[in-house]
Amino acid sequence: MIKLTIDNREVEAREGATILEAARKVGIEIPTLCYHQALTAYGACRVCTVEIIRKEWSRLSTACTYPVQKGIEVKTNSEKVKRARKMILEMLLARCPNVKKIKDLARDMGIEKPRFELDNEECILCGLCVRVCEEIVGVSAIAFFNRGTEREVNTPYEINSDVCLGCGACAVVCPTEAIKAEDIKEIRKIPLWHTELKKRKCRLCGEFFAPEVEIDFLKKKDARLGEEIFETCPSCRKKELGNKILYTNSRRRKYV
Amino acid sequence: MDLEVIDKIADRYKRKESALIGILQDIQAQYNYLPKEALLHIRERLSIPLTHILGVATFYNIFTLKPRGRHLINVCMGTACHVKGVVRILEKIERELGIKTGETTADLRFSLEPIRCLGCCSLAPVVKIDGDIYGKVKQEKVSRILKKYE
Ligand code: SF4
Ligand code: FES
Ligand code: FES
Repeated sequence: MIKLTIDNREVEAREGATILEAARKVGIEIPTLCYHQALTAYGACRVCTVEIIRKEWSRLSTACTYPVQKGIEVKTNSEKVKRARKMILEMLLARCPNVKKIKDLARDMGIEKPRFELDNEECILCGLCVRVCEEIVGVSAIAFFNRGTEREVNTPYEINSDVCLGCGACAVVCPTEAIKAEDIKEIRKIPLWHTELKKRKCRLCGEFFAPEVEIDFLKKKDARLGEEIFETCPSCRKKELGNKILYTNSRRRKYV
Repeated sequence: MDLEVIDKIADRYKRKESALIGILQDIQAQYNYLPKEALLHIRERLSIPLTHILGVATFYNIFTLKPRGRHLINVCMGTACHVKGVVRILEKIERELGIKTGETTADLRFSLEPIRCLGCCSLAPVVKIDGDIYGKVKQEKVSRILKKYE
């Protein structure tokens, strides 16, 4: 274990843990936007900036990417940190003046109106959607394209991707709700990625429950589960399973 | 498109994703741009997502996804050239070719792109066509220069 101090508290963390993980474990909150515990840290948003003092030498760095080191002193709320975080949020707010999450964080830092020219973006380029699509879903349908002020997340050629499953994981992790996945009858839509996919009907209740390509993708991953489970919507699946358990239990153990 | 050409390029780099930049450079050298069909083929050959390929292809300025002309005109927009009136030269070229900066003529003869300081400011205003440098360019000289390229 590695010993360090965070906000004047003695903290222990396992080797390789980040400052953010060490802090959260003892209940010290550091704001984050581009961090998700299930994904590789990326250090894009800089909101988690903390002050790290090592051998009397102070520097600012991102808590989500900085591994703990023996004897370092971390300050999550010093004047230096506050100044930096305020500037970062002021710039984010100028980019996304209408995003609730950014507005709230900025207000916490005492910013109502940025000094910079306002844009009207919803995406902060945090890369969570790109990472979840690659690391968890495993299809990499979206990515960063272009460079500098032109940088954006999109699908190749800005048309519907031939590998997108319409699973909506990107919409779930997006901190600014820039991505919307919507269901219109038998169609799953993710307008930002130009995705429109046909959904499958549940063999029991007849509801359209998930995009066909997504189901086929899962089927290929685990064929042992048998055909039926992929034709059944989650709630009917539960009901069926429940009935089975009730039935076998009542025969075997007379619980019900 | 001759996909064997693309195969050869991929094989030359042992179909490694780490050699993607080299592969794309070779494709671009072959076609003057990165054709979609070629990139789709590279995806299969290297077994990598298309997003990885386009991420690189859109990051570097040397790559272009649109067909480029046979000749590339770079007009220097650096400070010295600007002061020496390069904007008027640029406008003259645009008028002469009937395209705007960043575009390609319909017959694929020329592409016109700005560039930042070519490093020979004493010759300002400077225009570079393929490998040739033209210094102290005057408006009247533009059409004669362009005629040299077919
Ligand atoms: S769309 Fe959302 S998740 Fe994706 S980079 Fe932008 S802000 Fe992050
Ligand atoms: S959460 Fe650490 S840089 Fe975004
Ligand atoms: S400014 Fe044009 S060559 Fe330097």
